[in-house]
Amino acid sequence: MNVLFDNLPALLIAVPLFCAFLLPIIGRFLPQIRDAWIICASFAASLIAVITAFTVYTKGTIVYAFGAAAGSPAAPIDSGGIPFRIIFTIDGFGAFMLLSAAIVSFAVVLYLVSSQKERSGKSEFYALYLLLTAGIFGMVSTGDMFNFFVFLEINSLAGAALVSYHRRGGIAAEGALKYLIVNTVGGLMVLFSIGLLYAQYNSLNMAVIASQMTLSTLNIIALVLFITALAMKAGSVPFHFATPDAYSVAPSGITAVMIVASQAGLYGLFRILFTLYGDTFNTVTLGWIIIVLGVLSMVIGVTMAIPQKDVKRLLAYHAVSQTGYMLLGVGVALAVLGDPVAMASYGQTAMEGGLFHIINHAMYKGLLFLAVGAVIYRTGVWSLNKMGGLGHNMKWTMIFFLIGALAIAGIPPFNGFASKLMIYESVFAFNPALSIIAMVVSILTLASFMKVFHSMFMGPQLPEYAEVKEVPKLMIAGMVILTIFVIGFGLFPDLVVNNLVAPAGDALINKGAYITAVLGGGL
Amino acid sequence: MIANLPFIAVALLIGIALATILLKKNMIKMVMGLAMLEGAVNLFLVTLGYRENGIAPIFTNAPEGADMVLPTVQALTLTNIVIGVATTALMLVLVMVIYKKYGTVDADKMRRLKE
Repeated sequence: MNVLFDNLPALLIAVPLFCAFLLPIIGRFLPQIRDAWIICASFAASLIAVITAFTVYTKGTIVYAFGAAAGSPAAPIDSGGIPFRIIFTIDGFGAFMLLSAAIVSFAVVLYLVSSQKERSGKSEFYALYLLLTAGIFGMVSTGDMFNFFVFLEINSLAGAALVSYHRRGGIAAEGALKYLIVNTVGGLMVLFSIGLLYAQYNSLNMAVIASQMTLSTLNIIALVLFITALAMKAGSVPFHFATPDAYSVAPSGITAVMIVASQAGLYGLFRILFTLYGDTFNTVTLGWIIIVLGVLSMVIGVTMAIPQKDVKRLLAYHAVSQTGYMLLGVGVALAVLGDPVAMASYGQTAMEGGLFHIINHAMYKGLLFLAVGAVIYRTGVWSLNKMGGLGHNMKWTMIFFLIGALAIAGIPPFNGFASKLMIYESVFAFNPALSIIAMVVSILTLASFMKVFHSMFMGPQLPEYAEVKEVPKLMIAGMVILTIFVIGFGLFPDLVVNNLVAPAGDALINKGAYITAVLGGGL
Repeated sequence: MIANLPFIAVALLIGIALATILLKKNMIKMVMGLAMLEGAVNLFLVTLGYRENGIAPIFTNAPEGADMVLPTVQALTLTNIVIGVATTALMLVLVMVIYKKYGTVDADKMRRLKE
């Protein structure tokens, strides 16, 4: 057993990859156990991620060197203190993202097994799904810049392939192509910046680069490229055009995971801003850049969402808008990073609010996409104008959608309220105008979702939907898992913030701890 | 000056590639632009590891005191080539599907998603 526990970070990637590549073989020879296999594989991967996260929360940062005996330091003794091995560094922030990815990916698998039952090409579909999971897990746990790029590309490729999986008369391919082009350009920008950093520091290890980071022209160019590329991946303004195109055509369950996949881009952005660059820069300017990106994402996202007729496209624009909240919260923390007084009075809360919103958004937006997917699964209609009166036949789906809608609008006692309140309070102390914009956006979100809820579920039963039934139990099970977290995080926000979010925030703010964990105080 | 030539080539290639991606309407050409961008980044990486009169970084039977080119960036380049093949292949497949369904590869004419 100890061997397994010592090698958790390696299993995190190995299990989903191994199960993914076995899937086509199983699908070929034993198609009857395929569904059980994918559920077990996803459960195993999620379980490993949760155990890893738990270990990090209880015992501190895990530094895992591939190819070295368990427990040996990242830098071999005869290497002169330079960690040349490929390492995984999972600190509080990484563990936090792992947790969110693990919960969503398992809930979605339950949903997909049921909703994809009648479709063809399932083996490859699930194989790509596990690859996407591996890509997300890898991005949030690696301690090596180039590894980060590789996992980013796995994430983008598997994501694009899944988006286009059911082609729907070519539009799915169109959305996937846009998504892939944007992400490939972003990925190559990341690689170019990695080259710039490698040229100066002769290392790909994040901790080594972070410990030697200076304010040079090349580093500024690299930072600009990193911010651009990872904002593209996260789908914030001004790169928001590809996100709705891809989200609106992807199979519904997949869209829920794509949210987590794009948040892995957000993880990279924050990791680079705080850990890699951190206090070497004038963080006030940098913080304001992130804040402006966040505010623009919030406002443009919600205003674009309101007139949409396609319900999934509408949700996708709201995803852009919600990403803005995370950028706003973390941007405020970045802006006051150099000011200990402001940091203690509101910067810390802003950071925790922004990070808390990441996991909340993954839960309630995942739930919304699954609920909308359930409606589309039964009716085959995307347009809001054609829907109506579905609440009579799909009571459970209606309840789940309502919970998700209230959570995204920031109504207590759901989780969206908890994180938004933290963001409002702390941002108000920083700059009241920003906080007011955030509240207005929240009101617009509520208005938009009331419209959607009304036109989908309310009103008299329409004759064409008289035969519509509730979705199968497994799809409901997937939604129930996410609902538990939406309500649980909303009822006990203190518990979650103190135990899960605060360590993540501290890990970002305290750049030195990350470096010490890897280099052990040397160098 | 001569040593800087590859970097100038990288800058030119990136410029041409970005212009192709942004300005061309033909999707096949956009994919070509992306492949070019990838080539430019690969060239950049390999150039970073180049040392004048350097030999292959193999320590067995290596002459005393000889300069070696850096192996890490070459490994990175190799990985990126593999990733690039996968990306390009997937993009071309998607373009092919779009052509089959829409009968065009013109990016301006594929507007079905917006309606």
